[in-house]
Amino acid sequence: MRANTWAGRNKVEVRDVPDPKILNSRDAIVRITSTAICGSDLHLVDGYVPTMQDGDVMGHEFMGEVIEVGPSVSAERLRVGDRVVVPFPIACGACAACAAELYSCCENSNPNAGIAEKMFGHPVAGIFGYSHLTGGFAGGQAQYARVPFADVGPLKIESELTDEQVLFLSDILPTGYMGAEMCDIRPTDVVAVWGAGPVGQFAMDSARVLGAAQVIAIDKEPYRLRMAAEAGHTPVNFEEVDVRSRLLELTGGRGPDKCIDAVGMEASHGSAHIHAYDRIKQAVRSETERPHALRQAILSCRSGGVVSVIGVYGGFLDKFPAGAWMNRSLTLRTGQCHVQRYMKPLLERIERGEFDPTRIITHTLPLDEAERGFEMFKNKQDNCEKVVLKP
Amino acid sequence: MELTAVTTIRKPAPEVYAFWRDLENLPTFMAHLEAVRATGDRTSHWVAGAPFGQNVEWDAEIVDETPAEKIGWRSTGKADVPNAGTVRFVPAPDGVSTEVHVVLTYEIPGGTLGKAVAKYFGEEPHQQLDDDLRRLKQVLEAGEVVRSDGAPWGKRARAEFPQRPAQPLSDDELAKGADR
Ligand SMILES: NC(=O)c1ccc[n+]([C@@H]2O[C@H](COP(=O)([O-])OP(=O)(O)OC[C@H]3O[C@@H](n4cnc5c(N)ncnc54)[C@H](O)[C@@H]3O)[C@@H](O)[C@H]2O)c1
Ligand SMILES: [Zn+2]
Ligand SMILES: [Zn+2]
Repeated sequence: MRANTWAGRNKVEVRDVPDPKILNSRDAIVRITSTAICGSDLHLVDGYVPTMQDGDVMGHEFMGEVIEVGPSVSAERLRVGDRVVVPFPIACGACAACAAELYSCCENSNPNAGIAEKMFGHPVAGIFGYSHLTGGFAGGQAQYARVPFADVGPLKIESELTDEQVLFLSDILPTGYMGAEMCDIRPTDVVAVWGAGPVGQFAMDSARVLGAAQVIAIDKEPYRLRMAAEAGHTPVNFEEVDVRSRLLELTGGRGPDKCIDAVGMEASHGSAHIHAYDRIKQAVRSETERPHALRQAILSCRSGGVVSVIGVYGGFLDKFPAGAWMNRSLTLRTGQCHVQRYMKPLLERIERGEFDPTRIITHTLPLDEAERGFEMFKNKQDNCEKVVLKP
Repeated sequence: MELTAVTTIRKPAPEVYAFWRDLENLPTFMAHLEAVRATGDRTSHWVAGAPFGQNVEWDAEIVDETPAEKIGWRSTGKADVPNAGTVRFVPAPDGVSTEVHVVLTYEIPGGTLGKAVAKYFGEEPHQQLDDDLRRLKQVLEAGEVVRSDGAPWGKRARAEFPQRPAQPLSDDELAKGADR
């Protein structure tokens, strides 16, 4: 089959690789009809997630048709021919983490848990196409994928919704939603979201669906801010204004009640020399993150507020504003999304018209043009917000 | 050498105990074991795999046992690598899970065999046992040892780092299986 693979730092390559086969009895094989490129893929391509290997099949946002199921997958749960969206964390459904609906912390789905434990103190779940630290599972930017624990994760789509309407249930819609949910939003809340990428856009929409009084979008890409403004959110361009002053102005001096970091470890900074400080430390690997958005969110947040982190961090960061966090009673909440927890309720919200996930799709390309898709998405060319690939 | 490891398994103690007490189950999750055969109610014959050097076999007997709570065993006769172990099954505070506490001791011999065993355990010997217990947990909670494209052979995952790429296996690779 054809598959988009990691080919070293800053390089992806669509190659011929073997077709996947059933390896465990609870596996299914899915013929992929739609798949997407995610901001998380950029961290892999940019070389900030260790344990990637040449030839790793990328991609963790995919859906398609079940063409084979392992002997332990019951027919009530999944059959050949079912149309499914696959959540990016691989989860067994039986461990204590899964029982607590903390699917991205599943204790059984990562064969390389010992390595992850060394990095993170405790292991994390397997994830499709997301390094060997999270298991070494081939991803979904491909014609076919093997889906472990297929009796737990995949969500059957039985209505007539298009791929484009449901594909993002695999990751970014639940991720944005979880980002907003962790904020415990009240009707009087002003919610500020750092990052107007796909994840940020869905965090903003979710904050509104959950009842926020106002949602503020912070980014530097005018077209992404325009997209947020068209959806009813208030844009702030961090290259044009001082973010903290603008936020104070927008909130009567209080600061946003809730702040969401939808940027992660590769943030850029309005001030060139601070950006350079972290960029150099990151380049020489003495710091693994460039945490400008997170620092700014903590410093901007109203006392007693919540800072919800859905942007991805991988290692250690410098100059964490612990003083602001501690002395002003802030709550910091975070996680890789527990996608399985949100898929069904969010599907219902899509069916009811509360979310239009298609609003962020700017490019649809054949899988063979994945390299061009990465290029555009990474370099913000051609107003690229979200790329869907068709195998 | 003494190794200790612990895990919590979301199954009741009698079930976890019963699985371990059927010693023939041990090779499904313990990386260095090729086979264990029960030869009597309390006696058994153990065969270690390649990582321990070829043809390391020994007899063992259960010397201490409390159903659903504890099993203690030790090698008997002239074992090449004399060893002993105990496992305790302790109900966890959540009321549904079981803590599994394992202690293994090995008398590492001299010569090439001793070297092979020492190499197998490496610089952080407890890691092997940690991984064994992770797989025990996978088997009991999730049904079997989980396999990925990068680590398709389950028990050998850590030893294979850096792994094969996370890319489906070819028919040849699958046919050859773990014993390449
Ligand atoms: N927690 C999860 O489960 C989960 C799931 C998916 C993605 N993610 C993560 O979410 C993050 C965003 O993903 P995406 O697909 O939207 O990526 P993206 O790269 O398209 O979006 C990031 C946006 O942040 C903007 N940005 C950079 N520096 C900034 C700053 N200092 N302040 C404000 N905005 C800034 C960029 O201009 C860009 O528009 C990534 O870190 C990704 O790995 C997390
Ligand atoms: Zn993603
Ligand atoms: Zn689990």
